[in-house]
Amino acid sequence: MNSHTYDYLDGNAAAGELSEIFAMDVTIAEAQCAHCGAIKRFAEAHLYMQAPGVVARCAVCEHVLLRFVKARQRAFLDLSGMRCLILGTSQLHKIVGRRSASY
Amino acid sequence: MWRVGTVVALHDETATARTITLDVPDWPGHVAGQHVDVRLTASDGYSAVRSYSIASAPNAEMRVELTVERLPNGEVSPYLTQELAVGDRLELRGPIGGWFVWRAQQTEPIQLIAGGSGIAPLMAMIRSRASTGSTAPFRLLYSVREPGAVFYREDLQTLLDRDNNVGLTYAYTRVAPKDWPRPPGRIDAALIADATWPSNLAPTCYVCGPTSFVESAVDFLSASGNSPDKIRTERFGPTGDRK
Repeated sequence: MNSHTYDYLDGNAAAGELSEIFAMDVTIAEAQCAHCGAIKRFAEAHLYMQAPGVVARCAVCEHVLLRFVKARQRAFLDLSGMRCLILGTSQLHKIVGRRSASY
Repeated sequence: MWRVGTVVALHDETATARTITLDVPDWPGHVAGQHVDVRLTASDGYSAVRSYSIASAPNAEMRVELTVERLPNGEVSPYLTQELAVGDRLELRGPIGGWFVWRAQQTEPIQLIAGGSGIAPLMAMIRSRASTGSTAPFRLLYSVREPGAVFYREDLQTLLDRDNNVGLTYAYTRVAPKDWPRPPGRIDAALIADATWPSNLAPTCYVCGPTSFVESAVDFLSASGNSPDKIRTERFGPTGDRK
C-alpha cells in the first residue's frame, strides 16, 4: 500500500511492544508532535506495524513521532519526533506503588 | 512480561471464529477493553506475536477469553481456531492498553460501535457493565456481514432481556434476515442518527473494527456532533489481522 489512509492501527496497539521498555503504559500519555506541535494521546497516534518495526505518526500531520526497531540483538528507539511526553502523575504514583509492592 | 495460560474451554462463535478461554494463574486482572499479545513459537525458534482483545469481563477466576477470527492466509489464526486444544498452553503478554477501556465508575451514556470481530472488546464492556451492576446507559451498533457472522448472540440477548438500559442494533452489510427493515449495506449517516445516542447527551463512543470501518464510523459520529475527545478507537487493520 502506498497510502497512509487505511493501513494503520491506533497507538493503543503498540502498548505491548513498548511495555518491553517503559515502566508505565505510554499509550495513555499525551505526546506533543515535534513537527506541528499538536498534543494528543499516544493511543490516538497512527501506528504502522508493517515495517520491520513499529512507526507511530502524528494523527494531525502524519509526521513520525516514534520508531522502534529490533535488529541484530539490539533495540533502537527513536523519539526525536516527539517534543514532549506528558504523563499523569497518578500514573507515576501507581508505578512507584507497584514497584515497592514487588520488593 | 510473558505469562502462560492454559486453555480450559473452546467455543465456536461462527464458522470461522472461536472463543478461547484461558486460565492464567498469575493474571493481575484487566479492565474491559484491554487486549493481550499472544506469542506462538515454532520448534526452530521462529515466533509470531498477534494482539487479541479480551472479550470477558474482569473476573475473580483469573479467566481470560479471546475470540479469534480465522483469516484465510493467517499465520497464527488458523492454528488458534483449528488446532489449539483444551489443555494446551499459550504465552501471553498483558493486559495491555489503558486508553480504549471502560471503567464501572463511568456513568455517562456509552455508545459502542463494532465492525465484525471488533465486537470483542465492546462485549467485555457490556459484560463488565452487567457484572459490576452499573446502570450506565449503553447502546451497541453492531455491523456484521450476515446473521451467521454474529458473535455472542445468545449472551447479548440475555443481557438485553435483563436490562432495558442496554440497546442493540444489528446492521448487516451483505445479507440481512428476511423482513429486516434496513437493506444490507455499510453503515451510513441515517443509521448513525437512528441507532446512536444524540450527541447532546455527550456519550463516550468506543469504535472497534477494521480500519476502513472505524474511519467511516468516526466520520459519521463527528458529523452528527460528537466531539473527537469523546470518541475512542481501536483499529485492527485492513484485513482483520491485528498485526
